[in-house]
Amino acid sequence: MISNGKSKTVIELHVNGDSHEVMVRSGDTLLDILREQLGLSGAKRSCENGDCGACTVLADGKPIHSCLSLAIESCDQSLMTIEGLMGSPIQQAFVDNWAIQCGFCTPGFILNCHALATEHPNASDEVIEEWMCSNLCRCTGYQEIKEAVQSVVRASGNA
Amino acid sequence: MTTNQGWKSVGNPEQRIDAVEKAAGTVKYIGDFAMPGLLHAKLVTSTHAHAKILSIHTEEAWKVPGVRAIVTGEMFPFHIGPILADRPPLAWEKVRYYGEPVAIVVADHEYQAKQAVQKVQVEYQPLPVVNSVQQAFETGAPLVHENSSQYMKIISNVYPVPGTNIGSHIKIRKGDFQTAWLSCEEIFEATYSFNLTDHVAMETRSTRVEITPSGKVVVHSCTQSPFTIKKVFNQFFNIAVGNIVVHAPLVGGAFGGKGTVQLEPLAYLASKAVGGKLVKLENSREEDMITSPCHIGLKATISLGATKEGKLVAGKYTFLVDSGAYTDQAAGITRAAALDCTGPYNIPNVWCDSYCMYTNHPFATSFRGYGHPELTFAVERTMDQLARKLNLDPIRFRLLNTIKPGDTSPTQTLLDANNIGDAAKCIERAKELIQWDQGQRRETGERKVRSKGISLFWKTSTTATNAQAGTVLTFEADGSVNLNCAAIEVGQGAKTVLAQILAEKLKMDLKDIHVTMELNSQYDPHQWRTVASSTTFLAGRAVLAAAEDAIRQLKKTAGIAMQCSPEDLDVGGGRVYLKANPEYGVQIKDIALGYKYPNGHTVEGQIIGSGKYVQRHLTPMDENTGFGKPGPWWSVGAQAVEVEWDPKDYTYKILKAITVLDGGTIINPMMATQQMRGGMSLGLSFASSEGFIFDQQGIVRNPQLRTYKIMRFGEQPEEYLVDFIETPNIDGPYGARGIGEYGVIGAAAALGNSLSTAAGVELNHLPLIPELIWQAKQGKEEEL
Repeated sequence: MISNGKSKTVIELHVNGDSHEVMVRSGDTLLDILREQLGLSGAKRSCENGDCGACTVLADGKPIHSCLSLAIESCDQSLMTIEGLMGSPIQQAFVDNWAIQCGFCTPGFILNCHALATEHPNASDEVIEEWMCSNLCRCTGYQEIKEAVQSVVRASGNA
Repeated sequence: MTTNQGWKSVGNPEQRIDAVEKAAGTVKYIGDFAMPGLLHAKLVTSTHAHAKILSIHTEEAWKVPGVRAIVTGEMFPFHIGPILADRPPLAWEKVRYYGEPVAIVVADHEYQAKQAVQKVQVEYQPLPVVNSVQQAFETGAPLVHENSSQYMKIISNVYPVPGTNIGSHIKIRKGDFQTAWLSCEEIFEATYSFNLTDHVAMETRSTRVEITPSGKVVVHSCTQSPFTIKKVFNQFFNIAVGNIVVHAPLVGGAFGGKGTVQLEPLAYLASKAVGGKLVKLENSREEDMITSPCHIGLKATISLGATKEGKLVAGKYTFLVDSGAYTDQAAGITRAAALDCTGPYNIPNVWCDSYCMYTNHPFATSFRGYGHPELTFAVERTMDQLARKLNLDPIRFRLLNTIKPGDTSPTQTLLDANNIGDAAKCIERAKELIQWDQGQRRETGERKVRSKGISLFWKTSTTATNAQAGTVLTFEADGSVNLNCAAIEVGQGAKTVLAQILAEKLKMDLKDIHVTMELNSQYDPHQWRTVASSTTFLAGRAVLAAAEDAIRQLKKTAGIAMQCSPEDLDVGGGRVYLKANPEYGVQIKDIALGYKYPNGHTVEGQIIGSGKYVQRHLTPMDENTGFGKPGPWWSVGAQAVEVEWDPKDYTYKILKAITVLDGGTIINPMMATQQMRGGMSLGLSFASSEGFIFDQQGIVRNPQLRTYKIMRFGEQPEEYLVDFIETPNIDGPYGARGIGEYGVIGAAAALGNSLSTAAGVELNHLPLIPELIWQAKQGKEEEL
């Protein structure tokens, strides 16, 4: 870490398998740094209050609200954004199950679902609900998202 | 090579053309652009619902590093608005709602602008607050606008009443209500209400504006109405329409909330204050809920009169629309609610007074359904209660009165199968799907009551009388086609539907059609707006016209190549071929850029098809009677909800939500199903848990998603059932009507009806949270 002693610090973030040096204020959220300095805009700004899950990224495999995390706290973690998840079965499941409309909440849901499938390969509907209720979608009726999640959890459970 | 005679896209559940990129997270929404040098604006907003602005002190704010400009209302002390110009973009002299923009701070970084916003000191002198439509309507109420008669009318159908809080009064007078009312053998009257709510699109509104040295104004916005931005900037900032360029990317949910022009003028003023530099203005969630326009509140009183057999004779409707501090689109909603006030029922004698009421609440704009989910809640609750009084089954009562060809609408439009479709068939099908005949209310356990509610609904597309769309098709050297059209993709699937219509017409593989997803108002032909369930209809017709133009050119060029008459040719499967001998033809790719003779001479050049469509024979409404033709067709439908209610703690679970829609020909059944489910979800969320909570001073107590509850994963109905009746509309592309808004319209009413039956008490006020059901049961329910 290099600090100018006043307002900015250079830190290293480990995102999607790559390391990046970024210059942050102590108050910068992880969300803002990912979006504005690394161009990883898949994590969305929506409520910035931890209520909607649109900013979800994975830190050491666990879903977190990047709007409530400071960038400076995240340097020792292995981060994953939606851009690091190209061509996964979960993404395909969201396409196949009509779980996408405007697409704004989609990256958050998909990353949350990815972590769920990894942590709980045989998740029951109750566990799915417990995980997924952290994310809001305003376009779909959630049914399609539920079917997409179930299809992936079931598939990975059988694997 | 086949002739592709059996080729089809319309009616197929084709995968959305935007789904893969959205799943990958690579779609760039408005807020996803970051660039060095971009300036950031933040708003200072009102801390009072109604107050005089005594002074604004900016000295401390200027001390924050990075601040480049601070703009206050004096910079532009004029009123703007889409229907009635009554709103200063930045409050000046007084504030009329909590959250109203008072000043803009522009800084190098967003955090600097936020810091400076905190340091702008505004001194207010509080004024009496108009905190409900009822209060607003009373004689002697404090006035939200003292000079409403001086406001400029932007469209003709708006009638403010000077000296009152009435921003517009719309009347329907059909038949002879007074005489007919006296002849009724059974009558019923009730009052319904709900507070203002919000769209809560997951993407908050955001815009970037710059003014170039040559005087061009470049606007980037997540808008449903790019050409309205041009219109508004022209009308109020006096910029030539041609000098305004609007860019719109894919939009992260809109639901009507991005149909009006609110943030863009503020960003323009901000850019102007910094010499035209590019300025970004993005709402926080809180600002998106209360500073930018929200969804109307309503107080409705409905009186219905019928014969003792249950035939409706007369209906009286009084709507007090809570438009908040400014009329915006609420003035249009007031009109739309009036012109469809009866719901899809044949009522020969109609008296409707629909008032757009100013209050000191956040102002409202269009919301999916444009007045119809709201009026339908009141109408359908009344239908259920009158059915009970008549001792008739609610479905039987509805079928006795369902609108049909030969009847007239409240605005006296004569209905036929072509424009009205088949409402009765919808209700019959919904009745089967909800298994109505197995009983409307059953006690299934000690703490379990299952009950069903039904709702009919209708809506016409109340567009401008000159609403239109255009399309340009350019053919690529590989024979594929670019489809350019100003329809905005807000998640509804418009771009996919238009591609399917084009594929069907050109008998071409969908994969060979490339739709421009983003809009540039300089490249794309004019389109009215992407609102009012009008895109498939207007833009779909424009695509068909453009395809016909392209086909004519393809046949001409192919006729030269094949040395025959264009009349002898047909287009399909990527080829132009002889009708008489389909084996003989040319590939489109070989003539897409013209036909080249063996000696190199080339004729005709690129195939560029263009087409347009404009509404036909629509008229404004007569001021005194409402007489007029508001829309080209209605879509009608029925919805049903089954709940499981706990009589001990009044909680409930939604088991089934059903929509049967006569949407004409359904272009893509899976996307249409998506729209119906999403609409039901939005409507059920609104009805079951949403509403702004105002304190005595008109302050919104819940302007954030922690306290303003929308439906979450797990709270959705256990089962959605969707079916379509497809009565074609002759004017629609392949017979399609509009469908985008319809899933939401009857949801609140069906929920209200099922819960009223479950709880054995009439629930006439939203949201239907367990506590309010309990209060109603105790006889303590208060109107909002």
